Amino acid sequence: MKFTKLMTSVAVAAGLFAGPVAADDMRIALVVKALGIGFFEAAAEGAEEAAKEIGGVEIIYTGPTDTTAEGQIEVINSLIAQKVDAIAVSANDTDALVPTLKKAMQRGITVVSWDSGVAEDGRQAHLNPSSNALIGNMIIKLAADHLPDGGEVAVLSATTTSTNQNIWIEEMTKVMGNYSGIEVVSTVYGDDLADKSYREATGLMQSHPELDAIIAPTSVGIVAAAQAVADAGKIGQVNVTGLGLPSEMAGAIESGASKSFAIWNPIDLGYSATMLAHQLATEAATAAPGAEISIGRMGTITLDDTNAAAMADPFVYDSSNIDDFKEIF
Amino acid sequence: MTHLKSREAILFGAILGLLLVVATRFPGFVAPENLIAVFTDTSPLIVLAMGQMAVILTRCIDLSVAANLALTGMVCAMINVAAPDLPVGVILTVALAMGAMLGAINGILVWKLSIPPIVVTLGTMTIFRGIIFLLTEGKWINAHEMSPQFTGFPRADLLGMPVLGWIAVLVSAVMLLAMARTTLGRSIYAVGGNPHAAVYTGIDVGKTQFAAFVISGMLAGLTGYLWVARYSVAYVDIAGGFELDVVAACVIGGVSIAGGAGTVVGTLLGALFLGVVKNALPVVDISPFWQLAISGAAIIIAVAFNAQSGRTKGRVILKSAEHAQ
Repeated sequence: MKFTKLMTSVAVAAGLFAGPVAADDMRIALVVKALGIGFFEAAAEGAEEAAKEIGGVEIIYTGPTDTTAEGQIEVINSLIAQKVDAIAVSANDTDALVPTLKKAMQRGITVVSWDSGVAEDGRQAHLNPSSNALIGNMIIKLAADHLPDGGEVAVLSATTTSTNQNIWIEEMTKVMGNYSGIEVVSTVYGDDLADKSYREATGLMQSHPELDAIIAPTSVGIVAAAQAVADAGKIGQVNVTGLGLPSEMAGAIESGASKSFAIWNPIDLGYSATMLAHQLATEAATAAPGAEISIGRMGTITLDDTNAAAMADPFVYDSSNIDDFKEIF
Repeated sequence: MTHLKSREAILFGAILGLLLVVATRFPGFVAPENLIAVFTDTSPLIVLAMGQMAVILTRCIDLSVAANLALTGMVCAMINVAAPDLPVGVILTVALAMGAMLGAINGILVWKLSIPPIVVTLGTMTIFRGIIFLLTEGKWINAHEMSPQFTGFPRADLLGMPVLGWIAVLVSAVMLLAMARTTLGRSIYAVGGNPHAAVYTGIDVGKTQFAAFVISGMLAGLTGYLWVARYSVAYVDIAGGFELDVVAACVIGGVSIAGGAGTVVGTLLGALFLGVVKNALPVVDISPFWQLAISGAAIIIAVAFNAQSGRTKGRVILKSAEHAQ
């Protein structure tokens, strides 16, 4: 009884949603951590761009109102009921979504995760915004781009035990040979505290008077270092770069303390996730280790052993585009 | 009294010694401009330590100062975003008033409900941080959203030193006067020295502790604005764990955790000692893996010194009885 009732309401709901859509339109659902977050709104914009480019694709941008796995499960269940063609999800929990997403895949729905992944069982492929190697290369490239004649750079990291930062710095060290003339004179740790990062940055400028750039692959550190450079009156002399968020770095770009910095671009990420979901849903590509999948203007990605792939280099933000992004995330 | 003087002399000597050692490795550290920069950088710690000292003297402890700082700082930043043209004077008044109010909450709980201060302030510490999260949903307020006059005030140069440094000087001077020359200041010592005796002399112990918490809160609020303006950023976790530095500064400065003993000058020197260590470590090229251990060791050595000099002082109240034994 209950089941029939449910089925009826589902059918009604599906009918309601399916109404205005042409029968042959492919429907790709972009499920985000929560609605109303600038980063994901921007990703949805990218998804729409991809849909327009592909043609015949309808994007359903949805998510819970708060960042909970329960909320996402509810949303995904309703998408299964609507019989969408593909679900691209940025998960609130790695494991909690797996049973629901498995159910979706059993019904023939293509499932990919992006940004924040789900466990291997719960998706066909996962799209990382970038990879450790790409990030490691990018942070030194950002500094080197403004130092054509070489120079001294220093790294301001988070804590001595921060896994991400340590891997990025290690990857950066591996590619140092490609940037001749650039010398890393010191690596210091600001512990992701504004005051300690500020003090460490000040200390760097004192003990290395010839310092040309500070690379801070952490959002607290990069902001504090930019402030320290501004306060020391060394804008133009010491360039602060690394990984940061446009909303937090807008002031530093404006003052000139930072010429450029990088972080993933949510628009590109939404675009690529949609492209990936579309490729897999149309069976133009299959999700298997080693598979090369074309994702439109973002080029080609290669799936690794866990069917995960890195989208691209982190996106570079500078005075030319900061105003477009500072309101987004 | 002479013992207290000598304790401060030892600490002063230690700071000078430390400066000398640092100077051998990095001569630029003792240049006058840099010493001013170090003092300015230590100013938030000095201001907070002054408030903390008053609280510890009354046998209490205020662990909520850093959270109070963060909450008041965030509110100041939000006011600045909402009304960028509001003069800094108004912001300062708001910061002082709001900090005092938050301190009064601690004070009321300790005074009227007789809850142990460490429990009260451990609770309010978390509550204050929680309120910031509720206010902002974890979002940051960033440099480009703040007005130039808001962020410019603490770094404005006045007679060769930023305003931030002068505020520390002013607060220290006022506290020096207040602790030595006002009824409240003397009651604070009396309450901590011997609460029972204090009651017999007509001092309300709870009320005095309440007053100490209000002072501590007010100074934390003031520092909240200065901190946010100095680092041009406000978010939930600013000054995370800073309360421990503040307590450490007091303890190094010779303020007895058991209450009743400690001076403004000692606290000032204690904060400066920590400030010099914090500022010196990045420039003397010591492995970051050693820095934490060195900071900690410096604190323990300083406190051990204090304990030593505290022990020799003793509390002989009947000279004749001692000789009779």
